Formats: sequence, structure tokens, C-alpha cells
Amino acid sequence: MTAYIEPMVGRYVHVDIGGTMHRIYFEEAGQGIPLVCLHTAGSDNRQWRYLLADEEFTKHYRIIAFDLPWHGKSNPPANWDGSEYQLTTKRYTETIRAFCKALDLDKPVVMGCSIGGRIVLNLAIDHASEFRALIGLEAADFQAPWYDTAWLNRADIHGGEVCAALVSGLVAPQSPAEARMETLWAYKQGGPGVFKGDLYFYRVDGDLRGRTGAIDTTTCPLYLLTGEYDFSCSPEDTVRTASGIAGAEVTVMEALGHFPMSENPAQFRRYIAPVLETIKQKQSS
Amino acid sequence: MKKSDAISAVFEQLPTLLERDVALVQRGGFLDVDCLLGSTEQSYHVAIRAGRITDMVPAPVLMRSSIFSYRATPEAWTAFWQPMPKAGWHDLLSLTKRGEATLEGDIKPFMTHLQFFKDLLALPRNAGGAA
Repeated sequence: MTAYIEPMVGRYVHVDIGGTMHRIYFEEAGQGIPLVCLHTAGSDNRQWRYLLADEEFTKHYRIIAFDLPWHGKSNPPANWDGSEYQLTTKRYTETIRAFCKALDLDKPVVMGCSIGGRIVLNLAIDHASEFRALIGLEAADFQAPWYDTAWLNRADIHGGEVCAALVSGLVAPQSPAEARMETLWAYKQGGPGVFKGDLYFYRVDGDLRGRTGAIDTTTCPLYLLTGEYDFSCSPEDTVRTASGIAGAEVTVMEALGHFPMSENPAQFRRYIAPVLETIKQKQSS
Repeated sequence: MKKSDAISAVFEQLPTLLERDVALVQRGGFLDVDCLLGSTEQSYHVAIRAGRITDMVPAPVLMRSSIFSYRATPEAWTAFWQPMPKAGWHDLLSLTKRGEATLEGDIKPFMTHLQFFKDLLALPRNAGGAA
């Protein structure tokens, strides 16, 4: 057989989240330090496909990317009655911890982007001892809203079109057209109200201002990386957040926007490789 | 020569640039709107029918109505139309967030066809932009 088959494998794990069983889809590749990757609001784990296929990383890391409930191939829970989906800080934190527990991961590294970056900060505040390291991409304790989320889910406007069009400006202009289109495609495919429901956490429930000073990076190292073209979570937002966290390491990534791992994987690799190498070195020292 | 003259010259190319982009016209096929687009110094009444600009005249035209307006400073348009715009100057909504552009009125047609308007107003970027 001569066809190229990508190395990641996808499976479903049944996870108890808050007393309700969820069927969670995840993909994984590699072996070694567990590295759990969190997608952005309104998207799914496909954003991590380049990292999962990177043999230099999977030599040392078991990279795992799962779809949040309601996202990608993780359905809503079986008892969902159609009521409005709203992600909360509590539910998001429970979901990540329950997923890691279900797979019996030993002190994983968690890397999240956007809402995933924000929740990484909450993990650092409340659960640092459970993790080997935390990586927040496009992460800040808060950022100023730049649109009304009511536009994201209304019967008279195509949700996929408006969600993708809104975030299209967050992709850096240097990003390859193919990767830009693929990144936006996931937004066009999201379920109705899911992106909006994720932003409930981001905009309403997950304001971490005044709490991030409690992060102890000696318990769990924290790395924050933000793309220069991200005007949603801007480099200034990340730098401001990091300035109040002793020991947090900040990198502003050139020629990248809000979706570094999917919009320009080669450029992102230049920035994430040294971080993963540092975590690996600490592991072996 | 006003700062906005160069910007206005670019805006006046928009109907021609749009006609050259068959795919963009097709994506706007369900769009009919009368709006104001331009700079804070000179805007235009733009009539769009089925994704085509069918009329475009400098504002104000007395008692001409428009549904919404998107207006940015001349400096913002110059930066926005660079072949590789700088961070923060690269998207219509990054300009509104930074206070270099205003979006006013009933913006439902704008939001319904958001990528169309983003792509329409970025057409000069690949056509030489503003000096």
C-alpha cells in the first residue's frame, strides 16, 4: 500500500461529566508525556491535526485532542432536551478533568487555545498540582468584546456563514489560503448556537481578572503564546495577564492570529517546539 | 488635495473590481441593500443588487436613505489596503475595535453578508490599494 495514512487514531470514550455520561470523541498519536489539546470556541479537535501528525513531537508526547460535547463528533449528552447550550467555567473545568481521569492520564500537559487558553488559566488557579505544565494559546484573563454574540445564532442569518465570517479576521494575512479555509470550515460546520454557547464562558462566566495572581508556576509551569494578528485576545491582553503571574513565560508569535495550530502550522511549530522541548527536558532532569 | 482624495479614488474603483470577481458577485447573489461606505471624510451611497454595485455616488445626496454605514479614517483605509497589512489594521472589525472605523445603522444586511463585505472592501488590497 502506497497511500499516506496519517498516524492519529480516533476513538470514543464514555465520560461521566457532572453525573451525566457523555460520549466523547478524541484523536491521539504518539507515546510519552500526555499532552491534551483543547480546541477554540465553536470548532473541534481537527484544529490539532498537524500537531498530531508531527513525528518529532509524537516521539516524546502522547498527543490527545478531544471534541467538547456539542462539538465535532462528540454529540450533546443523550439527555439533552434541546435547551440552550451554555458553557460555564465549572462545566468546562469538570469536562477536562473528567476526560483526563477517564483516560487515566498521569499529570498531563494541557494546551488550549482561545477559550481553551482561558480555561488553562483556571486550571492553573485551582488544579495546578494535577498537571505537568499548562500552555495557553491566545489566552488572557479577560479581553474586551468586539461584537454582539446575539448575531451568532438567529434563525434569519446563516449561523455557519456568520460565525466563520466573524472569526475570519482573526486569521493572520500571512497564513496559507488552504489552512485559512480549513480553519474557517470548522466554524461553518458548528451546530446552531454552539459557538455562542461557548462564548458564554468566554464573555460572561469566565472573567478571571483578579484571580490569576494566585497561580503558582513553581507547582505547574505556565506558558502563554499569542499571535500578533489576534485582535480578539491581543498580545497586550496576554502580556497584561502574564505580568501579574510570577514565572509565567510569554511569547508573542509573529505572522500568526487566533488559530496558530491550524491557520499556519509551520509557523506555529517554530514557537511551540521550544516549549515542548523545555517541558520534556524538565521531565527527564 | 485632501487626504481622502486618494481613498475616494480607490472607492470609485470598487464597482469595476467587483465585476472582475465573479465568485464574489455570486456569493452576494441574495444581497440587495442601499448602504454608505467610505472614509470619514468622504463616503458613498452604494446600491447593491444581487451582489452587484448598481449605483455609487458621493454622499451626501439629500434625503437618500441608507440602511447602514461603514466608515473608516483615511489612515485606516491606507493601512487596510496594504498588500500585507499590519496587525490590527487587517480586518474591518479590527478597525471598529480600535476606533478607526464606525459601523452604524441597521447592520443586519452587513452581518448576514459579512464575508461579502469584508472581501468587497479588501479588493483594492490586491489591486494596488491606496498610495
